[in-house]
Amino acid sequence: MNVVALFKLVPDLVEELEIDQSGTALNTDFLRLIINELDDHAIEQAILLKERSGARMTVIGSDAEGADDVLYTAVAKGADQLIKLMGDPNAVINNHAMARATAIVLKELQPDLILTGVQAHNDLDGSIGPLVAEYLGMPYVGYVSGVNVQNGRIVVRKEYPGGLIAEMEVDLPAVVGIQSAEQPPRYVTVNKVRQAMKTAAIEERPLPALDVSGGAAIRRMFKPESATRAKMIEGSTEEVTARLLDIFKEIGAL
Amino acid sequence: MMNQDIYVVIEHLRGKTADISYLMLAGARALAQATGGEVIAVLLGHNAQSLANNMAADKVLYVEHPALAEFTSDAYQRTLAGLIAGKEPRAVLFASSSIGTDAASVLSARLKLPLISSCQSFSADGRPICQICGGKIMAESDLPDTTTLLTMTPGGYKPEEGQSGKAPDVIKVEAPSLDNLRVTLKQYIEPEAGDVDISKEPIIVSVGRGIQNQDNIEIAEELARALGGVVAASRPVVDQGWMSTSRLVGKSGKKVKPKIYLALGISGAPEHVEGMGESEVIIAINTDTNAPIFNVAKYGTTVDLFDLVPALTEKLREVKKV
Ligand SMILES: Cc1cc2nc3c(=O)[nH]c(=O)nc-3n(C[C@H](O)[C@H](O)[C@H](O)COP(=O)(O)OP(=O)(O)OC[C@H]3O[C@@H](n4cnc5c(N)ncnc54)[C@H](O)[C@@H]3O)c2cc1C
Repeated sequence: MNVVALFKLVPDLVEELEIDQSGTALNTDFLRLIINELDDHAIEQAILLKERSGARMTVIGSDAEGADDVLYTAVAKGADQLIKLMGDPNAVINNHAMARATAIVLKELQPDLILTGVQAHNDLDGSIGPLVAEYLGMPYVGYVSGVNVQNGRIVVRKEYPGGLIAEMEVDLPAVVGIQSAEQPPRYVTVNKVRQAMKTAAIEERPLPALDVSGGAAIRRMFKPESATRAKMIEGSTEEVTARLLDIFKEIGAL
Repeated sequence: MMNQDIYVVIEHLRGKTADISYLMLAGARALAQATGGEVIAVLLGHNAQSLANNMAADKVLYVEHPALAEFTSDAYQRTLAGLIAGKEPRAVLFASSSIGTDAASVLSARLKLPLISSCQSFSADGRPICQICGGKIMAESDLPDTTTLLTMTPGGYKPEEGQSGKAPDVIKVEAPSLDNLRVTLKQYIEPEAGDVDISKEPIIVSVGRGIQNQDNIEIAEELARALGGVVAASRPVVDQGWMSTSRLVGKSGKKVKPKIYLALGISGAPEHVEGMGESEVIIAINTDTNAPIFNVAKYGTTVDLFDLVPALTEKLREVKKV
């Protein structure tokens, strides 16, 4: 079985985000990128499938700062093939464009199963997984937190609110949007990643032409203007503790 | 030719309409006022027509088919593709949820229609306003000139605004052939009950990724005990296996409305706020001044939780002794 995991890099939300001069995009000058957390879960789920059923596993992402790290880390965890899509770093891109381009590369690989994070926090025009699925004519199920191969199909655990799970059977080839892997993404030591860098090769493929139709034009980006922002309690730990105790008393919790 | 109506894809699960459906009907009304069209609910189901009774819609289009009894992506996509292509409404609203997002992106690609995701509200002139980057950034877009698909998140409208005492007219629409579906529902697996039902607790001390590791959860448990409350958690904490799923607050977990919700090291991502935003008093402890949790909290402090929580527990114990 051929399993592919797709990942995208997104702004690290730990850093402060700034809006650029145009007022319609994030300022990328100081932006630190990290792997979309849910894509990390998709990679983990692919590795679990490989371990359980001996699948061949490919990881694909597009070129950006940090992409090599993600790819080498994936190989240190057990991935077999690494592909980096190379394009103009300044090109305007959205999920529709990325999904169309990725689908062209995926066709060649003839995957049985494609796993990717069910969403990314900066998605504005849908998510990559279902778009790729439709461009490849494959079925899609998202919000999944467990995948098993059974008799040439997969059985996935699809999440609904409140912890309810729907077990769905899906024909292959298919695309699955991962919410969480069956176990937290494993940790690999820096040493193992360094070793992987020496032996593994990243295949660079040109990103096919980008077609952004299907997205919307952003008119304005801004930080949320909350009318009801919290009253901030300042001071030392002791002062804040004392104030919180007063608040507990005021609201009748003490 | 495209008309100005706003369609809402109603979401229901095991015989119950999800709150987000009503919230979308309210959002659709706001958008319809800008476009000058009607609000039309689209209900897919099997023996589900009665769900339409309390919807604040001008009309309900009801598609009846045994294969639509429970949600599967393939059956919904096929049914909606024909319906949307045939009617050409101004916009179609889907929930940003396990059901809506399985349908919306696929339909955008299949029908070559634009899609705008994570829309929270509409401006007075009908522009979608979306919440992204974990709640740190808002983006306002133009509504494209063609039929536009949107996924909606909570926060902009209230479910009550989408309910009505007067049952709307229901128009039956023929279902397409739903043979040879590639996705089928095998069974539902009930959630584990857990030792406490956090949705019934008046005081919740909730722990986020800021707690760093499983051992540290102890300090939150001690604080909860001193306050007479229980502990709950954000998704990363549950995904790590540090706390049971029954304690999860948010979109994929429980909705809670306690008297006090104390958030320790929780950023306040929209998916978390969806589950606790209506708590009476939210107190947030987070070292990041820009954390979105402070937009929903009543009180906040940026003191390090590892300093504050033990100090607070100790003080509470002292006060409670006397
Ligand atoms: C479909 C979907 C469904 C989801 N459902 C849910 C859900 O039901 N519930 C849920 O919670 N999430 C859910 N999520 C995940 C959600 O998007 C966020 O990723 C998650 O809520 C973040 O959890 P967090 O706030 O604990 O972690 P982070 O966002 O990493 O925030 C940690 C916070 O801790 C603060 N911090 C760090 N150290 C300290 C310290 N020493 N003292 C004080 N503060 C500190 C940081 O400033 C930061 O703000 C869902 C996501 C998706 C895509």
